[in-house]
Amino acid sequence: MSFLEYRVKTVPGGLSKVLHLNWPLVVLVIAVASVGFLILYSIAGGDMATWAEPQMKRFAVGLVMMFAIAFVPIWFWRNMAGLAFAVTILLLLAVEFFGVVGMGAQRWLDIGPIRIQPSELAKVTMVMLLAAYYDWLDIKKVSRPLWVLIPVLVIVLPTALVVIQPNLGTSLMLLMGGAAVMFAAGVSVWYFAAVAAMVAGLVASVFTTRGTPWQFLHDYQYRRIDTFLDPSADPLGAGYNIMQAKIALGSGGWGGKGFMQGTQSRLNFLPEKHTDFIFTTLGEEFGFVGAFSLLVLYGLILFFCFTSAIQNKDRFSQLLIIGLAANFFLYLAVNLSMVMGMAPVVGVPLPFLSYGGSVMLVLLIAFGLIQSAHVHRPR
Amino acid sequence: MRRTAKDTEESARRINRRALLMGGAMVAMFAVLGARMRYLSVEQADEFKLLAEENRINMRLIPPERGLILDRNGALVAGNEQNYSVTMTREGAGDVDAVLARLTRLIPVTAEDMDRITRDLDRNSPFVPIVVADRLAWDDFSKVALNAPTLPGVTPEVGLSRHYPLVEDFSHVVGYVGPVSEKDLAERPDPDPVLRIPEFQIGKIGVERWMEDTLRGTAGNKRIEVNHVGRVMRELERIDGTPGQDVHLTIDADVQNFVQARLGTESAACVVIDVETGEIIACASAPGFDPNLFVRGITQRDYSALMENDHRPLANKTVQGAYPPGSTFKMVTALAALEAGLITPSTTHSCPGYIEFGDRRFHCWKRGGHGRVDLARSLAESCDVYYYEIAQKVGIDKIAEMGRRLGLGIRHDLPMSAITEGIMPDKAWKQERWGQDWRIGDTINASIGQGYVLASPLQLAVMTARIATGRAIVPRLVRAIGGRPVEMPQAEPLGLSSDGLAAVRQGMFEVLNAQRGTAYSSRIADETLVFAGKTGTSQVRNITAAERARGVVSNDQLPWNRRDHALFVGYAPYDKPRYAVSVVVEHGGGGSAVAAPVARDAILRVLHGDIPPLTSYPANQRGRIETDLNALRERLRLSGTATPPATEQQG
Repeated sequence: MSFLEYRVKTVPGGLSKVLHLNWPLVVLVIAVASVGFLILYSIAGGDMATWAEPQMKRFAVGLVMMFAIAFVPIWFWRNMAGLAFAVTILLLLAVEFFGVVGMGAQRWLDIGPIRIQPSELAKVTMVMLLAAYYDWLDIKKVSRPLWVLIPVLVIVLPTALVVIQPNLGTSLMLLMGGAAVMFAAGVSVWYFAAVAAMVAGLVASVFTTRGTPWQFLHDYQYRRIDTFLDPSADPLGAGYNIMQAKIALGSGGWGGKGFMQGTQSRLNFLPEKHTDFIFTTLGEEFGFVGAFSLLVLYGLILFFCFTSAIQNKDRFSQLLIIGLAANFFLYLAVNLSMVMGMAPVVGVPLPFLSYGGSVMLVLLIAFGLIQSAHVHRPR
Repeated sequence: MRRTAKDTEESARRINRRALLMGGAMVAMFAVLGARMRYLSVEQADEFKLLAEENRINMRLIPPERGLILDRNGALVAGNEQNYSVTMTREGAGDVDAVLARLTRLIPVTAEDMDRITRDLDRNSPFVPIVVADRLAWDDFSKVALNAPTLPGVTPEVGLSRHYPLVEDFSHVVGYVGPVSEKDLAERPDPDPVLRIPEFQIGKIGVERWMEDTLRGTAGNKRIEVNHVGRVMRELERIDGTPGQDVHLTIDADVQNFVQARLGTESAACVVIDVETGEIIACASAPGFDPNLFVRGITQRDYSALMENDHRPLANKTVQGAYPPGSTFKMVTALAALEAGLITPSTTHSCPGYIEFGDRRFHCWKRGGHGRVDLARSLAESCDVYYYEIAQKVGIDKIAEMGRRLGLGIRHDLPMSAITEGIMPDKAWKQERWGQDWRIGDTINASIGQGYVLASPLQLAVMTARIATGRAIVPRLVRAIGGRPVEMPQAEPLGLSSDGLAAVRQGMFEVLNAQRGTAYSSRIADETLVFAGKTGTSQVRNITAAERARGVVSNDQLPWNRRDHALFVGYAPYDKPRYAVSVVVEHGGGGSAVAAPVARDAILRVLHGDIPPLTSYPANQRGRIETDLNALRERLRLSGTATPPATEQQG
């Protein structure tokens, strides 16, 4: 059954769509974002204007956008997939030439009042295109080498553009996000096994070429890996971030130091405390209980995404939801691993909590698409 | 694209299977994240809590206020002066150059200072205060305070720094403080953490150094919360320290000032001591220096000038200087012979001007000799041959023993730097020091305080006090600590026969009061304050036989540093001794002409409690003395400059 076969009449129309939204998911997203506002308020020393208020405004705008996207039929978005991906690639090229330098890399495009991070946008549009591709493709051909090569190119193109920015974290997430869609679409596991073996080989060569003129990574990327492997070796230099983050998390203990009582963040020992390392303040002020509760909220979001995907009989919708959910999972898994000292510091924000416009908007666009797929599912 | 129902079913089934696999992987990852969270915030919580506290809390020491040093009457000798300084912070100033430009119009800032200021501002965090000007005059300081509104980021600050109002009078006794050096820290087994405060100062020499622990007090501390760059956010707790204890010296600052001025530019030392209590009333070494220079950090130029001066202003000659005592030593030889029963006061010897011993000839200072002399006359006229004779009978070991009983060759423990032991030689000493046997010629030299014998002015004053009282008085410099008087036990009798002591004192009386006495011109005319003493002239060179044949070159003809040292020891009043005095004038020439008048002025100043009246001096000298005293008066510190604080009065 393709989308042409279920009639518009089987799909809710007009305002009744509101009743068919995946409301638990909406509530969960608002709940997680609210935790973010609370922490941003605390980090600013009890001040709304610094971070909490701009973040709330962005969230409000994003939420409106999410609903707008949700009300548009999913088949429209499927038809838009190719165009959206093309625009993303153009923006990624633009960032290469007109981008703003920040954190030692070109990542932003300044368009009037808006600051766009096309690499974030790529995570969504790439998943859209891949889902559309597999919806179109005869499922018997899914694992044939030629038909595997096409989605691989779709993944590699934006990834390559992001890598040269250079932004290792986002490019790795693009790779993994794309792979997740391919995996869900049923591509033979042998391909994944082969890639895994290649990655192992690549990692080995990354380290063996270090120090030679043809080394794979930038020096700062090597240093981040070194620091990750042994943060205490240089606690005031490169290891400072990780060490201080662990101190903040650990010192929270079971129940935390209490709202607005976190000394690590309030006294500025924490780097990037309102962006990538926001989770450490949650851990410091609300302890294990608070941090674990956030993990449960994230788990519930993923749970509702997956149940929505499984209930859906439309191939594009299914793959889209799974791909975007996997992307969401990658955000939080990489960020939490990094903050808790289990992965190198790669600059991945914590979804809905970290201060920042692009990520917030892109996430809400993704959840708008998930909602659209849910509302317009074949019944 | 159209798909068959079968295909659609197959597609959904396959996706669901894969979705479940992915969900399982995610659940596994969540489990890992949760476990890691638990590990960090539950199992390692205590360790991380500690680290977070260490991040946050800093202990800062509050330096204690240093104890004052006062004279016996409570006059301030070393105090803590308000130090006016101006600091600025980069973040407070905003436009640093503009603020500095405005500031330099108000207070003098040299180009050198300017370089340092801009460098310090660049190097430090924006909130760290940088010292722009230190030790400002009150006028300049108040100008800055008045203009504070136009000088953002600039703070006028008041601190404390050590100050010595009496300048060079106490430079040797009290010494000075200075910044803590690596050496200072290394010397202490467990240095007080307060020493690590930047710009903290400790005593370097003299009383400041040797009573450092009393003067310093204990530091207080405060716990402060700091942020990641060390900026102080708030004070959490404060524990006040205890200030250092005040130290009252036995010295009378006015007498000290008089004596220092009296010594003038000579390279000389004078000690005045209370013969009953051993209290040091004056302890002056000339020339002096300004200890305040060292507190501020002495310039290389000033320091070189002090080091290159051949009068050695930095040395404390009263306790560091070891001089051949010359004829002032004759009382020791005489007392040794009297105690041994080898002579009586009436024993006479003939002085032909020299004696011969083996192939050597030992001369008396008087070429023609003194003829027959008894003990009293041998002292009065300082006949050398008399002592050559009796010393041979007594032997060096008995002389040395007597010297030590009188306080020579032993270190008197006082809170001053580099106190010398001097040398009171005997047979064992020479064997140990030189690996040679003692020879009779050594005894003959030692009998008149030449040869190996060395003594400091302090030791000579103690010796004189002991002869004057017959008691083993011990010199003291500290009268009270923290307002509590230091216990001064009564001095034990020396156990010398009173007849022998009386005979020696008679001789010392005649030195000043007999017409033929070597210091007759330095007598005190006031009959209630009769002066007794002994002159000394010690050679710093050998007189060869050839020179003696030609006639000994007089001191005036010699370069300064080849001339004889002039010495004098004495006490007064003769019948009821109160004070003893010793004077050494390096390369001054003769003891009677140079040292004795200084000693007389010093002891009269103490006895009168003021500049001595002319009636104390012999009538024929009064004209000259009046001129001298008037000239001296000009050089004295105006009395009243050092007003003692009301609470510091001592009984």
